[in-house]
Amino acid sequence: MKTYDIIIVGGGAAGVAALHSAYEDGLKIALIEREKTLGGILKQCIHNGFGVHHYKEELTGPEYAQRGIEAIAGYDIDVYTHSTVTDIRKKKAFTLTLMNQDEGEFQLTATAVIMSTGCYERTRGQIQIPGERPAGIMPAGSAQRYLNIDGYLVGKKVFILGSGDIGLIMARRMRLEGAEVLGVAELMPYSNGLTRNIVQCLHDFDIPLFLSHTITNIKGKKRLEQITISQVDERFVPIAGTEKHFDVDTLLLSVGLVPDIKMFDSLNMDISPLTKGAVVDQYFQTSVEGLFACGNSLHVHDLVDFVTQESEQAGAYAKAYVKHGSLRQKKLTSVMPGDRVRYVLPQKLDLTGDQESWRFALRATENAQQGIFRVFQGDHLILEKKARFIAPAEMEHLEVRKDLLVSNEPLKVSLEVIA
Amino acid sequence: MKEMICIVCPVGCHMTIDSNMNVFNNKCKRGEVYAKKELTNPTRVVTSTVRIESNLQRRVPVKTLEPIPKEKIFDLMALLQDVTLKAPVHRGDVVLKNVFDTGIDVVCTMQLEE
Repeated sequence: MKTYDIIIVGGGAAGVAALHSAYEDGLKIALIEREKTLGGILKQCIHNGFGVHHYKEELTGPEYAQRGIEAIAGYDIDVYTHSTVTDIRKKKAFTLTLMNQDEGEFQLTATAVIMSTGCYERTRGQIQIPGERPAGIMPAGSAQRYLNIDGYLVGKKVFILGSGDIGLIMARRMRLEGAEVLGVAELMPYSNGLTRNIVQCLHDFDIPLFLSHTITNIKGKKRLEQITISQVDERFVPIAGTEKHFDVDTLLLSVGLVPDIKMFDSLNMDISPLTKGAVVDQYFQTSVEGLFACGNSLHVHDLVDFVTQESEQAGAYAKAYVKHGSLRQKKLTSVMPGDRVRYVLPQKLDLTGDQESWRFALRATENAQQGIFRVFQGDHLILEKKARFIAPAEMEHLEVRKDLLVSNEPLKVSLEVIA
Repeated sequence: MKEMICIVCPVGCHMTIDSNMNVFNNKCKRGEVYAKKELTNPTRVVTSTVRIESNLQRRVPVKTLEPIPKEKIFDLMALLQDVTLKAPVHRGDVVLKNVFDTGIDVVCTMQLEE
């Protein structure tokens, strides 16, 4: 059985960035990837707009992925591609069971494990659309993979549910490849996508966007034949008499992403009901000592640039853990979301650590032109920060200095909407 | 009068432009520049894929190196239909040169070694 200091599970943007900072001469590191090549989901995101923060230039997804891969090209590590992790156990060290076509089933052990396994798309079953169950209904990202990597156009007459960026990007992509895109429906009264994508993916191609609408019926014996959409009221209940019918053969769903961490279940780490990812401290360490989390398997990001930054930190702390032993005290201080904040990361802070400040990542629950984020410790207001153009779809960051703290009590982050 | 949403920054001004190219409801100068460009010569970077003979995947991604005129987008898609590459390919390999005499090349955006 091969033994490593660090095993990184998942070779997308997060895993590659974690490796970049964890690497050091003399450390034994393995990177595990289920596909034949590294790069993860970026490989199918062929549109541009990636890297503006991190590389200060506009790249396509595959180009962004390659930048990261080039940075680790000379590293003396073991890369297991086309390999799937089937089980993980921990006694003193971690034991991972893997499978691939060349070696069959085999095991590896490691002192530290970084999970960078990405996320999966919510499916029809998870959002309960009524109607018949024909073929032709699939998550937008799956259709993106079939089209951009495998070369299959999944339909000729398409409707899209969900106006997040993946839905908008796929509306344009299907149209460019010759499909007719009849519309995009969004449950909320606003789109969760970037304005730029509304303009360049929908307006450019005269694709209508139906806000405050949802799908209320699906018809089709073998293949999808017709969908019905209805307007919803402010409590999201469909309004009778507002039905519109569309004859389509394909329905793409862009209705949310969930961290893909099922394979780590046996470790019994604490999971946040808000992010559906692991609960972590400021070292990106989970409740299981030596297990680190980053990227979309920790919380779903809107920008890959932030995945890279966060994962480089996770990698650096995993290295520190291997070299210097335990990173934290037993007593941790909680960080919680308050009014109009959906979640805050990290959820736990070790106040004895030698960092002078922490970078909180958070999401608001509503749109605001202007607002003020406030950090409280107990009843004490310790930080205020004004922000503009706040949206649930866009992650916010707060720099919190340790010297602002007044006690060991839990921290709470809230948002006040000004306009 | 024409309506337009500005995409230069996150504010997203809903602008109107009259027949003399006067721009209204823009909060800054950049909106005016964007609106005029959109009305006179709108351009877009086009990203797509072309066929490839490779052991790894059946399509490989490409992009125009600069934005091309918007009305040429579907003409370019038609040209890309006829392209077949063979691995290995590298990022920046020219797939189509000087499309529609714009001086702009279409290049490969992914490395595929086999």
